[in-house]
Amino acid sequence: MPEKHLSTQFDSELSAVSTRVMELGGLVESQIRNAIYALSQFSAEVANQVTEAEARVNAMEVEIDRELSSIISRRQPTARDLRLLIAISKTTANLERVGDEAEKIARMVRRIINSGAPRSLPSLELRVASDLASGLLRKALDAFARLDTAAAVAILKEDDLIDKEFDGFVRKLVTYMMEDPRMISPSLDLLFLAKAIERIGDHSKNIAEFIIYVVKGEDVRHTPMEQIESVVK
Amino acid sequence: MNTATAIKEHSKISVKDLNFYYGKFHALKGINLEIPEKKVTAFIGPSGCGKSTLLRIFNRMFELYPEQRAEGEILLDGEDLLTSKKDVALLRAKVGMVFQKPTPFPMSIFDNIAFGVKLFENLNATDMEERVEWALRKAALWSEVKDKLNQSGSGLSGGQQQRLCIARGIAIKPEVLLLDEPCSALDPISTAKIEELITELKNDYTVVIVTHNMQQAARCSDYTAYMYLGDLMEFGSTEQMFFKPSRKETEDYITGRFG
Repeated sequence: MPEKHLSTQFDSELSAVSTRVMELGGLVESQIRNAIYALSQFSAEVANQVTEAEARVNAMEVEIDRELSSIISRRQPTARDLRLLIAISKTTANLERVGDEAEKIARMVRRIINSGAPRSLPSLELRVASDLASGLLRKALDAFARLDTAAAVAILKEDDLIDKEFDGFVRKLVTYMMEDPRMISPSLDLLFLAKAIERIGDHSKNIAEFIIYVVKGEDVRHTPMEQIESVVK
Repeated sequence: MNTATAIKEHSKISVKDLNFYYGKFHALKGINLEIPEKKVTAFIGPSGCGKSTLLRIFNRMFELYPEQRAEGEILLDGEDLLTSKKDVALLRAKVGMVFQKPTPFPMSIFDNIAFGVKLFENLNATDMEERVEWALRKAALWSEVKDKLNQSGSGLSGGQQQRLCIARGIAIKPEVLLLDEPCSALDPISTAKIEELITELKNDYTVVIVTHNMQQAARCSDYTAYMYLGDLMEFGSTEQMFFKPSRKETEDYITGRFG
């Protein structure tokens, strides 16, 4: 938001709530990184840290919602300001869900460790997808901070890569389970975990769609890519 | 730049290439605008942008001042009211106006309403009583004044006086109602009542309202025109104007970035 309002107080409220969203984004990003690290090292300790920090993510979401309600009730925002506040609300909800996914990964890591079969599982196969997902979330947050629609379109395209990785992983996991039926139970945990990673990509994609909503005033959810590109042009 | 957005409504008033001058001062610059019938159209813009000036041309109020001059066309149902040879009183019976400050006549509540009706219609006592009640009910004032119709109109509260003026305006059954900042002197409760009334009135009348209060335009109008320094900057559905205006100037104004 380059131009300033006549009310500097309104400007500082908007910038304060935007900053809070970025703080939440930073916290969620580190949750994802730690969850993925816990998976790669099968570290119960790091997985526990992720679970413990989840309460902070939830508390920040509640706090941001409170600030948003306060701004809306006192300022009656319109046009771009209104779209920004709606997008912040939706982005916050998506970030909280990413936090949930990180916690889910941590929980699955603990279960796999407890099952006693971690090393033999094909968990390394998730490396590419998890790097893509955490990278995508970071890009979505950067693009949101700069309200960069070109970057938003790139994020939407990149989410397809994660979906493809996920599909490929499921095929490998099925083969693995057929080879060794004793591994079906921990493999299912790994499947839930892979799904959580795939969902992180979806949430990043949602955030990217809200960037276009703020800047262009067009709701591009459930819209074909060609149409989105013509909106952004 | 003056853009007349094509609006898919039947237009009650068509403004075509309208220029208006206060002496040498060029107050309205080539305005083109279609006011849709039986809808509420709001004019917004900073002070001095010409919104009240435009409103006052719709019932030729400007003619009271010799140095003021309008050029162009304003078609009311297809007839140019600037060149019309019709009696201006008949025009004003068709195009009623309510002003910023409530202006009750110094007479009883009943006579405030009956006065205008008598100028145009010859009603018997019963019909007149019915008409007064009808107008006061339309203006959502009946229940508050029905037991004191013979008391002076100036004894009412500001909000009640303004509703009395609206009742007076609609008693002669106009087709268009012009409201020039009708709520600027009123408290929030009275304002809410007038806004409620405006929404009711559009079932029967074409309403044009000038307001400084953008939230009021957002709440009670169907279409909004943004004016600036005598130009019509943007005209469109109120929803579009307040959610995604097409011009940056409009957005800067309605989001409070202007100035």
